[in-house]
Amino acid sequence: MLTATATLPTDHRRLNLVIGGHVDHGKSTIIGRLLADTRSLPEGKLEQVRARCERNSKPFEYAFLLDALKDEQAQGITIDAARVFFKTAQRPYILIDAPGHIEFLRNLITGAARAEAALLVIDAKEGVRENSRRHGYMMGMLGIRQLVVLVNKMDLVGYDREVFRRIEAEFRAFLSQLGVKPDGFIPVSGREGDNIASRAAAMPWYQGPTVLETLDRFRSEEPDSDKPFRMAVQDVYKFTGQGDERRIVAGTIDSGRVSAGEEVVFYPSGKRSKVASIEVFSRAPQSAAKAGEATGFTLAEQIYLSRGEIATVAGQPRLQVVTRLKASIFWLGREPLVKQKDYVLKLGSARVPVRVEEIHRVLDASTLDVDDAKSQVDRHEVAECTLRTSRPIACDLASDLAATSRFVLVEDYEIRGGGIVREALPDAAGKGAVPFAARHHQRALVLVAAGERGPAMKADDGLLDAGRIATCLGLESSSEETLRRISEAAQLLRDAGVILVAGPAEPTTERGSVLEPC
Amino acid sequence: MLKPLEAPPVDHLDQLEARSVHILREAYANFKQLCMLWSIGKDSTVLLWLARKAFFGHVPVPLVHIDTSYKIPEMIAYRDRLAIEWNLTMIVGQNTEALLAKRTFPEGAVDRIACCGLLKTEALKHTLSGEWPRRRLNLKSGQYEPDRNTEPFTGVIVGARADEEGSRSKERYFSPRTNANAWDVGEQPPEFWNQYKTEFAPGTHVRIHPLLDWTELNIWEYIRREQIPTVSLYYDHGSGRRYRSLGCGPCTQCVESGARDVPEIIEELKSGKFANIAERSGRAQDRDDGGGLETLRRDGYM
Repeated sequence: MLTATATLPTDHRRLNLVIGGHVDHGKSTIIGRLLADTRSLPEGKLEQVRARCERNSKPFEYAFLLDALKDEQAQGITIDAARVFFKTAQRPYILIDAPGHIEFLRNLITGAARAEAALLVIDAKEGVRENSRRHGYMMGMLGIRQLVVLVNKMDLVGYDREVFRRIEAEFRAFLSQLGVKPDGFIPVSGREGDNIASRAAAMPWYQGPTVLETLDRFRSEEPDSDKPFRMAVQDVYKFTGQGDERRIVAGTIDSGRVSAGEEVVFYPSGKRSKVASIEVFSRAPQSAAKAGEATGFTLAEQIYLSRGEIATVAGQPRLQVVTRLKASIFWLGREPLVKQKDYVLKLGSARVPVRVEEIHRVLDASTLDVDDAKSQVDRHEVAECTLRTSRPIACDLASDLAATSRFVLVEDYEIRGGGIVREALPDAAGKGAVPFAARHHQRALVLVAAGERGPAMKADDGLLDAGRIATCLGLESSSEETLRRISEAAQLLRDAGVILVAGPAEPTTERGSVLEPC
Repeated sequence: MLKPLEAPPVDHLDQLEARSVHILREAYANFKQLCMLWSIGKDSTVLLWLARKAFFGHVPVPLVHIDTSYKIPEMIAYRDRLAIEWNLTMIVGQNTEALLAKRTFPEGAVDRIACCGLLKTEALKHTLSGEWPRRRLNLKSGQYEPDRNTEPFTGVIVGARADEEGSRSKERYFSPRTNANAWDVGEQPPEFWNQYKTEFAPGTHVRIHPLLDWTELNIWEYIRREQIPTVSLYYDHGSGRRYRSLGCGPCTQCVESGARDVPEIIEELKSGKFANIAERSGRAQDRDDGGGLETLRRDGYM
């Protein structure tokens, strides 16, 4: 049995908690209880709701507290993953109340993705139902590492230990198939307040912690500072107009840490440089930054970077650079996910067109029934698919680093699904999933030769002789559209790891020969 | 089995700050026509400070203030002072038509809700779309001049907090608005894994809420830590009264409080008389809207 932990400062970080479960399994009652028993309700609210029930000769229910709050706040118009604020003696909480109805799975996902811990409510009388399982599945897939299952309405089954044990065994077995290990099962009665804030005399056979004790033992999720360094490049800032000459690579660190002086490698481009300085505004200077920080750094060399790159530290496990990947996907769109249709994949700050190449199997997240023959993924289904992006992207595998393995799929301006990368696959030409430039044992470069065409050709020849993958590009006109096209072509070649020598075009039909990168 | 709680290695304000900065940077990278609403109140001023954090001392996003003409004069002086000091692109919009026609609550022509609708929601809608004149502060002369940019803003950063009232508790960080400025509360996009709704159909725009997770207490704690300048109306100067929330003079009441500075306000919020009383209790339009702001907010109120 757990004993009470030492008192912590009241300023302790807030914990984000999500509560899920099948419709009518008693989530609202439990939330009402938590609010009342932690004295988190506005003054007079409990008395007011009790009085109203009395006037209408209706028995008081704790669920009414939540309804009353919602009514008051929102006039009962909408259903969403609403945030409820409460605090215990230990720390403040945001409880995200996810509706149990399947229609609102996207709200559960929105809520659960923000949560550091989850409570899942199962009705002792009804037992495990469709959305108990589905919510359990989604919480696992979304990466919630702390989960406690509340077997509610124990008063309705005479506080029968066997009922509790049966549900625990059934749901534990279900979760273990997903690789989810719950932190505990608690028999409770939201209505009677059993094992919510205080121990239930009616269930002497249960010796574990109460719900409140359990909440206070959940750990705040700490950023993974000890894992390999990953930071998606959000932007490169240069406010020269304001007299600021710094060129700052900005982003939020997903994992690991980085220090001034360290060599960083960006993927998918494979470009390298050294961190010159960590930049801050209005805070103590720092020479290093770690996971969870929204930071920025300058580089020793001015390399061209854009959104879509992920920064890593040289010598640490590198990212996968792929155009084909195997992923687990959940789909929320009304229209099914289908092959031969263009979607947009967003991972980190990358945003690339993507197609579904193959749907391997579709899974019912509630029954775990597998369908190998389905050619589309319907709303609320989960699937294993092979995706093919139109440009290389950098990512990690879910088994290595969670944050940089997660992506969303966008269709018609809307996020319609989410997924995690399971496997990096060789691209269509059978090439391995490594950065192109690294594969050629060279650095992608664009050299611009001014003046005659001769020097450019010569440089190109020299590079080819030296065994480099290089090509020459003629610049013949300076019209804006031509320049735009040329710079696009230059970028594509650079992404392919080619050294590009740009120089004046010859007045003949001959163009620089574009070599296939191999 | 769960392990006992360990001491928090990450400060809660650092965590809130990092998330807000991340959202601001996503907004800046994804929306070409981006602006930030600045009400002069403590929340949107914290937001402005966070922008300086995100962009390393710069604010590359224009600030839009909707001037109802009923704001407490000290707020306007403070706005222009900071705009010059911090090198801000300061844009002001106003419903001059309604003001000229005296269609306001203080003039007795309309009720509070209609007044908010005209002077704030309508003014905001048309200032954002560029249909109504925008005035821009000339940082050298200190005078407002017509702004040349009349492009509609497609990304609007707002300092709403989820704990303020019910409708805000349902907001997303990136929340789409239709071309009529309306908010469809029931059909909100999913939002997870730091991926937001940054794609939008022509004619629509996206409201961006970097402060959604902050509480009133967090705001004051952050103001204390960062030493952010605030309007002195928030403090008691000896009368035993102060403003807890700032709005238009005629519809915002003082609260009875002797808090003279930021630490005293924090103390009051933590354990004092305001620990369980809603912040906007001094805002009359909330009560007139049935205790929530959902009606106003569905139409585009911030």
